Amino acid sequence: MNRRDFVLAGLAFPLVTPDYKLQFPRDHGAHPAFRQEWWYVTGWLKTARGEDLGFQITFFRSRLNIENANPSAFTPRQVILAHAALADPRHGRLRHDQRAARTALDLAGSREGATKVWVDDWSLELSEEKYRAGIKARDFSFDLELAPGVSLVLQGDKGFSRKGHKPDEASYYYSRPQLAVSGTANGERVTGTAWLDHEWSSNYMAAGATGWDWCGINLDGGGSLMAFRMRGTDGKTVFAPPGVSFEVLRKWKSPRTGTDYPVSVLVKANEREYLLEPLMDDQEMDVRASTGTIYWEGAVRASQGNRQVGKGYLELTGYWRPMKL
Amino acid sequence: MFRLSCLLLVFPLKGRTLLSILGIALGVALGFAVHLINRAAANELAAGVRTLAGSADLEVRGGRAGFPEALYAQLARLPGVAVASPVLEAEAAIAGGTKSIRLIGIDPLRAALIQPTWFADEPAKRLELLKPDVVFLSSGAIESKTLKIISGLKTVEFQVAGVLEGLRGATALTDIATAQWRLGRLGELNRIDLRLQPGVDREAMQRRIAELLPPGVHVATLDAVEESGANLSRAYRVNLNVLALVALFTGGFLVFSAQALEVARRRQEHALLRVLGLKRGGVTRLVLIEAAALGALGGALGVAIGYGLAIAAARAGGADLGAGFFRGVAPQMDFPAASGLAFLAGGIAVALAGALLPALDAAHAAPAQALKAGDEQRMFGRAVRLWPGVACIGLAVILVFFEPMNGIPVAGYAAIACLLLGGIFLMPWFSEFIFRKIRPNRNIPYTLALAQLRGAPGQAMVSLAAIVASFSLMAAMAIMVVSFRSSVDDWLGAALPAELYFRTSHAGETAWLDAAMEARVRALPQVERAVFLRSARVTLHPARPAVALLARDGLNLQFPVVGKPYQRKDGDPPAAWISEAVADLYGFHPGNEIQIPIANKQSKFIVAGIWRDYARQHGAIVIERAAYAALSGDRRSNDAALWLKLGASAAAVEAALRAMPGGGALDIAAPGEIRTASLALFDRSFAVTYALEAVAVIVGLFGLSSSVGAIVLARRREFGMLRHLGMTRGQIGAMLAAEGGLLALLGVAVGLALGGAIGLILIHVVNRQSFNWSMDLHVPYLLLAALSLALILLASLTAFLSGREATGMGPVRAVKEDW
Repeated sequence: MNRRDFVLAGLAFPLVTPDYKLQFPRDHGAHPAFRQEWWYVTGWLKTARGEDLGFQITFFRSRLNIENANPSAFTPRQVILAHAALADPRHGRLRHDQRAARTALDLAGSREGATKVWVDDWSLELSEEKYRAGIKARDFSFDLELAPGVSLVLQGDKGFSRKGHKPDEASYYYSRPQLAVSGTANGERVTGTAWLDHEWSSNYMAAGATGWDWCGINLDGGGSLMAFRMRGTDGKTVFAPPGVSFEVLRKWKSPRTGTDYPVSVLVKANEREYLLEPLMDDQEMDVRASTGTIYWEGAVRASQGNRQVGKGYLELTGYWRPMKL
Repeated sequence: MFRLSCLLLVFPLKGRTLLSILGIALGVALGFAVHLINRAAANELAAGVRTLAGSADLEVRGGRAGFPEALYAQLARLPGVAVASPVLEAEAAIAGGTKSIRLIGIDPLRAALIQPTWFADEPAKRLELLKPDVVFLSSGAIESKTLKIISGLKTVEFQVAGVLEGLRGATALTDIATAQWRLGRLGELNRIDLRLQPGVDREAMQRRIAELLPPGVHVATLDAVEESGANLSRAYRVNLNVLALVALFTGGFLVFSAQALEVARRRQEHALLRVLGLKRGGVTRLVLIEAAALGALGGALGVAIGYGLAIAAARAGGADLGAGFFRGVAPQMDFPAASGLAFLAGGIAVALAGALLPALDAAHAAPAQALKAGDEQRMFGRAVRLWPGVACIGLAVILVFFEPMNGIPVAGYAAIACLLLGGIFLMPWFSEFIFRKIRPNRNIPYTLALAQLRGAPGQAMVSLAAIVASFSLMAAMAIMVVSFRSSVDDWLGAALPAELYFRTSHAGETAWLDAAMEARVRALPQVERAVFLRSARVTLHPARPAVALLARDGLNLQFPVVGKPYQRKDGDPPAAWISEAVADLYGFHPGNEIQIPIANKQSKFIVAGIWRDYARQHGAIVIERAAYAALSGDRRSNDAALWLKLGASAAAVEAALRAMPGGGALDIAAPGEIRTASLALFDRSFAVTYALEAVAVIVGLFGLSSSVGAIVLARRREFGMLRHLGMTRGQIGAMLAAEGGLLALLGVAVGLALGGAIGLILIHVVNRQSFNWSMDLHVPYLLLAALSLALILLASLTAFLSGREATGMGPVRAVKEDW
């Protein structure tokens, strides 16, 4: 979707500009005028028995690119989508579930000015400096509290994160690394460390981009690593922040979709190299019923040399089919 | 020995044997075809319900009127509900044609969880629906890039985004917001599909939800929804099955007559076998095996014909057999082996039953006596008793008063069967009585014929019973159908008193007339009086189909009223006139106070009277439109009846209506046209009945002529003797013609009496209980007289012609034969 298309559709989406100054708590809340927005929580959990689990809770808000004069309460102007996943190596493959609903009759929605987004009985909310996430999925559930331990990180240029070479191919983007997690997963007490991204944009994918690789790693020393690259049809990098590159080390083929995912990668950022290895290979998400796509979103360990230096999540989109937002 | 006699059984296929096989084949074929078509239609209907409902555990339905959308939000939040999916659906008329389409508004994001199969091949495609005015069509609905339907008086255009193979019938899928807006029903829904969380007690949840629902809105499991769909046509299907049973009965009767004659003819043969050592039971078995072979042949033929018939019928007219119950259903016809075998077994059973009496008789004959000539037809000797027939008829009289079982007039059908059997049982006694009363005269052939009928009543009994059975059924059907048709005709006259009628569109429930249109019509200079009608649907009982609620301007109009109306008193609630179906199904009587759910509130009405309605089988209630508008706030209307000023022409009014905004889509008709169309519809839905009746008549006539012919052929020796005694061939022919004629006359007379009684049962019990409508008796005298005459003439003619053949061989040889 480029600028010309916006004009044709007759809907004006605000563009992301470098001079916008992110302010909080205002920008914790939703920005419904923008085309898409997400609150993305990923992290590692430890059960009382010491077992490692990966978890993902994502809420998307999407403003439809359609002029619609329909006065019905059901008129689809904003859609809230949510994905949740539990990576448990003992289970062998990812358990995941999804929700999608238009913001009608208050059954789904997002608030401006404060983080609050929900669809049916799934919700994410920030209050009194703590995030609470409640998910009741088909075969798992989360009830988690996430407390920020370090200050938030404005990505890119003070929160202006470029996604392409053109000035409007960008997003507003901040991260909250090193969130201390406590609560229950499937009713079992867990603790852990998580990462929250909040990002909104009207033109996320540059022309020619078909997907992206992304990682967010909580480093053991309290630091954080975020790296991404936008890929083109040939798999080559279309855009990446300066100094960032991804090198594929090992691929895994999904037995369900036949898609090859580079589940093990070497990420270079700011002259440092991190080797990412998945908690388990099969962390493929089939969310065709909500966002219409299939992607890989998995818990990974980061190491330098032979030493583990952190844990986080790797996201691989557009490998099944070109990604459309 | 038994094996040997079985080998002897390779009998030549005589005319009457062939006829018995055909009779059974016909009965089996009709029964099997009806069964196949119904099964296919019911399967298709059930599959349709399943695909539309997907994996829903419960369905909340609000009928046509629906309920506020807030109920959806309330149920979606209910603990225990996993998914709630809102639906607004309506039957919509397609602009510029005669077709209609079911428009279903859904939230594709919610439906994805309940009906995942709809977009199984490409789930992302469902997001197309979020665009305004987009539809997906069922395959074969229409071939066009746009779909135009009539909403209100306007034409609404939708973009066709694609075809969904999973949808059945003529269906269009659209977004819930589009449906609400384009159908003028903002804020309303009429269905919610619910999937419960695993482990939740479904019944408890259903009860809990039922408590939250406003009047007129019901929650049901999918099974119940499916069942009510199948119930729609149950009475009609049962009626067709009974017709098939009649055909089977006729077939069985042909077997009986054929076997009776065969047993008589082979009396010596059987006696010989007995002498050679075959036991009595052996003879019985022999005859029964022969019958079973006939039954098997007929049954197999019938199953094959039935299958072909079902395929042809489904191709030609769809699954509804002309009755309009399964509109838009295209059934797949497969061959169910189990029911095929069952019908084959049915054919054999009927043949065995038909042959039982002759078989027993064959065994009872003493071999020594039977070996001599002249000892024939003992069979009815023991049937000439009064009590079995009287008992049967008595039972029929009692059965007539029973209530229907499950909406099916089981007792009524049983009464008909008893009456028929009783009549046949009484025939030997009755014919003996009658033929004794008739005086012989100087006419030698006539006197001889009478003597023959008096002397050997058993021999004639077979033909007589055949005549009585087939003629009574034929007369009964003729009386019923003619009564029904005349009643419908009278009713149309009473129900259409105005001079011009128009309605919003040819079909569907999405079109309406607004107040402005109403005012324009009333202001037309040619119009003396205009009565507008708003039709809605209300569910009075969750297990029953919805009842039509007709809100009409003023109730002081001519009604086809039955029974005594209730005189309203001061302080009574508003009046409601209920159709006979409502009275029968819900047990309402004039003077009763009833509750009708209007706009999600129960409102009190008093039953003012009962009217006859042939148009809505599941019932209709007429109330005053002003009262309806006050309760519902709905001031729209659907139909109008116009009375014109003296000298005004209907054509001019029609032109004026057409010129109004939205007038192009109106369906305008004079009462004469409606009447013609309605009667054509009536004839179409009785097409199967007419066809079956024609077949029954033909089978009856063939059966008669063949059995008369057989009897005559068996009496060749007698004719030889008569020729010796000096009778001419012409006199013998006259004697046989008189015999046949007398027999047929008696058979027709009894058949008419019996048929009249059966006709009354069909009218007052079977139809009333199946379809809940009454009708007036209209006897087709001319038709019955013509048929009677034809039957008597045919019997005489057959007897005469057979006589010519039998006397052709010369008297000496005829007498010598057998000695």
